[in-house]
Amino acid sequence: MAYSEKVMDHFANPRNVGELAGANGIGEVGNSKCGDIMRMYIKVENNIIQDVSFKTFGCGAAIATSSMATELIKGKTIEEALQLTNSAVMEALDGLPPVKVHCSVLAEQAIKAALKNYYENQGIDPTPFIGEIPECHHDHGDSCGCGSCE
Amino acid sequence: MKRFVYADNAATTPVSQDVLKAMLPYYTEYYGNPSSLYSVGRDAKKPLELAREQVANCLNAFPNEIFFTSGGSEADNWAIKGIAHELAKKGKKHIITSKFEHHAVLHTVQALEKEGFAVTYLEVYENGIVRPEDVEAAIREDTALVSIMYANNEIGTIQPIPEIGAVCKKHKVLFHTDAVQAVGNVVIDVKEQNIDLLSLSGHKLHAPKGVGALYIRRGLRMPNLVDGGAQERGRRAGTENVAGIVGLGVAMQQACATIEERTQRLTKMRDRLIAGASKIERSRLNGDPVKRLPGNFNMCFEGIEGESLLLKLDFAGICASSGSACTSGSLDPSHVLLAIGLPHEIAHGSLRISLSDQNTEEDVDYILEVLPGIVSYLRDMSPLWDEIVRNHA
Repeated sequence: MAYSEKVMDHFANPRNVGELAGANGIGEVGNSKCGDIMRMYIKVENNIIQDVSFKTFGCGAAIATSSMATELIKGKTIEEALQLTNSAVMEALDGLPPVKVHCSVLAEQAIKAALKNYYENQGIDPTPFIGEIPECHHDHGDSCGCGSCE
Repeated sequence: MKRFVYADNAATTPVSQDVLKAMLPYYTEYYGNPSSLYSVGRDAKKPLELAREQVANCLNAFPNEIFFTSGGSEADNWAIKGIAHELAKKGKKHIITSKFEHHAVLHTVQALEKEGFAVTYLEVYENGIVRPEDVEAAIREDTALVSIMYANNEIGTIQPIPEIGAVCKKHKVLFHTDAVQAVGNVVIDVKEQNIDLLSLSGHKLHAPKGVGALYIRRGLRMPNLVDGGAQERGRRAGTENVAGIVGLGVAMQQACATIEERTQRLTKMRDRLIAGASKIERSRLNGDPVKRLPGNFNMCFEGIEGESLLLKLDFAGICASSGSACTSGSLDPSHVLLAIGLPHEIAHGSLRISLSDQNTEEDVDYILEVLPGIVSYLRDMSPLWDEIVRNHA
């Protein structure tokens, strides 16, 4: 397993870790069976993500992608954050080993889940903005059921 | 103070100085082909036969029952496929093994299943030990082979090999054991324990990688693994890995000569490690606490994932391993941990530490100094840990 220096840096010194006081959007994706859970906290003011943090149970790549994702959306508008793709997170980390690509997918989904929760807290239906967030679940077979893990 | 602690000896071991010293002349001085007539060839032949004796003595086998291979996986493949194909001619197409064998055995029997063989995978229960009565109950008219590992590579549990050997003898079924982890750590006597075939590997006991052996009991009909020259009595042709075989011989001789004091020392270190790490809340030991390899520690820490634990340990200079999905290269955690009944979410947080005679008490001190802090650091950032704490508050 070869991680890039950036992945190792974000794993060794994760940015924005922990709970966020005053968060108005919290999203959680993944599950313990699959071996990774990401919880993202955001504080949105005037359509801007003023602050963001995360808590992650998972491998080195899961922690690094969470950390990078928080950096990439901090200070951005909701629209910009919604456009963040897993590829952008991977690129920012100088790539991930193929078996770890799903971690970047989780990071993208965690942001969307937090924004969804933010909309709900504001009494706004998030579906038109965010759509469905596929749930990553797999049975004890060979392949992951979430479609984005392959 | 940061140290470097190599604690993954079940994965591989460093070549010992004695082994290396014994090997080196066979690369540059006695480089002849052992099959040649002239002196540099003859000089390479003698040590091969000495190594065969050294390996045989360690197992209470005859030297002509030892066949050198490239390692444990090759020996497992040869033993299982060889016997299966030989006995299939007599209509025996059933194999008994356990659920938590090494992949060298599991994937081999799975390949045979595709050829039409039937395989019974025995339970290993919560303590990680096969029951001889289950072996007996699984034996059928058409059973060709029982293959049960001597000691498990992940959780270190030592199997009741003499009892299983007795069952196999009683029912006249051949018995193979993958003893890659056990050799040098457990007293093995192939005659006394009724073992027909035994696989071993050099690099787990301070010999180099790329050399191993298969013990084949005298009189057993066994197809050739490699056809070609007369090496290994024609059964496994190809110019011998002379230096590697010399290294294996020395390593086996030393491992068996020092087994008692070494296992006593390692058992103490292992138990101290287990006792120390057990103080971490919501941790558990995997596998039987007593019937386990002297250097094997395997524990789960709830709420964290194994790979991140390994990376943090690596930052602290400690090399270990884990059975998490992320380290197994698939989405599922180790089949061994699942076989002893661990739920996925707990199996993801496993840590294996395997000590060898090159480890010291100071290494154990250092691991115990570093480990609790890493576990709590990772738990602090784990949403799963939050949930566990909430559910058990």
